[in-house]
Amino acid sequence: MKTRIPLFLVLVFGIVGIIPYYSQHPIIQGSENFIRNDVIRIVAAFALILGLGSLLRVHFDKIRRSRPNWQYSYVLIIGFVVSSIIGLLGGRVGEGFLPTQIGGFEFHMQVLFENIIVPLGSTMFALLAFFMASAAYRAFRARSLDATLLLVTAFIIMIGLLPLGDRISPHLPSFVQWIMDIPNVASKRGIGFGIALGSLATSLKIILGIERSWLGGSK
Amino acid sequence: MVALILVGLFALAPPTNVQALDTPGDGGEAITVEWQLSPDDNIIDGYEIHRSEDGVDFAMVGFVGRSRTRYEDNTDDGQEYYYKVAALADTVRTFSESSPPALSSPQWFNNSALILLIAMLIFGGIILYYIYVARKGKELYIRKIAGLEAVDDAVGRATEMGKPVLYVIGIGTMSNIASIASINILAEVAKKAGQYETPLIVPHSDPIVYTVAREVVKESYTSIGRPDLFDPDKVFFVTQSQFAYAAAIDGIMVRERPAANFLIGWFRAESLIIAETGAITGAIQIAGTDSVSQLPFFVTACDYTIIGEELYAASAYLSREPMLLSAIKGEDVGKMVIFAALGIASLIGLLTRFPILTIFQ
Repeated sequence: MKTRIPLFLVLVFGIVGIIPYYSQHPIIQGSENFIRNDVIRIVAAFALILGLGSLLRVHFDKIRRSRPNWQYSYVLIIGFVVSSIIGLLGGRVGEGFLPTQIGGFEFHMQVLFENIIVPLGSTMFALLAFFMASAAYRAFRARSLDATLLLVTAFIIMIGLLPLGDRISPHLPSFVQWIMDIPNVASKRGIGFGIALGSLATSLKIILGIERSWLGGSK
Repeated sequence: MVALILVGLFALAPPTNVQALDTPGDGGEAITVEWQLSPDDNIIDGYEIHRSEDGVDFAMVGFVGRSRTRYEDNTDDGQEYYYKVAALADTVRTFSESSPPALSSPQWFNNSALILLIAMLIFGGIILYYIYVARKGKELYIRKIAGLEAVDDAVGRATEMGKPVLYVIGIGTMSNIASIASINILAEVAKKAGQYETPLIVPHSDPIVYTVAREVVKESYTSIGRPDLFDPDKVFFVTQSQFAYAAAIDGIMVRERPAANFLIGWFRAESLIIAETGAITGAIQIAGTDSVSQLPFFVTACDYTIIGEELYAASAYLSREPMLLSAIKGEDVGKMVIFAALGIASLIGLLTRFPILTIFQ
């Protein structure tokens, strides 16, 4: 019974999930929207509570056991409590009953998002440039035939996309375009075919209850 | 101006044979109007579509440019509509005859998805056939996948070094097929980690994926007879913010120094940030995703990369269950069918280039 109910639900919702692709009827599309927009949101809300519980438990445990860098857990917990109070009582843009403006200083959720989350996200994203440089350095060490091929192709592409490429040879930009349009797209489509068939096979295995790893491998 | 002079000299010919029909395969509330071009199509500005509910009073509902023969009108289901199409040149317009009345209604089957349905049935049938073959006990040969062969080595290395294994599912939700495939692989990795008593750290960015993964890891430890090894603090939710999640993973990699990193699931721009940090810490890294744009980053920064469909095959490959392996065989046959179809289509395309072989044109 422990596995039969989940398997039955997967079978039913798997089939229900397929039907809207083949029917535009309002009844079918309405049911699809209800499941996607309403049911999943309710499930996600409960899952979010579990997720936040997990996050807080991990950090309280870290403080209690004085694990390495336990001080940072206070930052998370204080940040969580403060932003929760502002978000729940102050509203997204200050429409709640908690005052979120002192003189010209505002601190509602949108302000927190724009002034803390966005800059921190941008900072992480900016690191990508440096990681790309170090990854490229490692990839471009021509240690094998594959790496050499990658190095040569990348070099041709980079030169061909620069104005310098056209000066070297007027045929170079069109050759670069050919590499991008033909071998590059061919390999992408090859992977795409495999992904499409793999998705179909995985979906079938799960819907029919053949693949049960997601249940922890229960028979 | 030239058009107007021509129109002034000669009467503008209207479009003919106006037909209105319920748009096929739609969800209702649409009627498709079709007509034959006006003989003066080359000098007109376009076509006005006029609609009436009683066949007497018509009002304009749309306009399309010249050389167009089709218009889709938004309607109310169950109401009869009549249509006229007018050829318009500057301020002169000539109306066609009225179409017969048409009603819109929702359809149960979307005709445009028929090819997709047939393809799904064919490939689904092939996969089911091989599952049936496997059920009869026939041995199936599956080629070696280097990235999956290395899973044992990676977990073994972490065990020898006395360090944890880090498993990152990415930022996909439970509706991403890559996340589902990753959960399946996680079950196998958790069993191996449990057998070696190696700690397994699984941070998450999606609360639903976290909830599922937590149960999967718990069940995996239980299935090998070691439920005591499950530590709920090792499978945890971090944040839904993409780069905050990447920062958290980087922090875990630097602080905990896992000896093996599994980066398997759905990734976007954070893929290289995570994979490069892992490479810098010296961990053995096995990555896998069906996000084609992130594959080059993983190929560059990781020791092994599970590419596209291999990700879906991984669970079967690791568990070695014949029923699951049979689906991989079905996929391979499906690919052969696609390649055969592409080959035949390419050949026909090539033959049309030869003037003598006009049969294919």
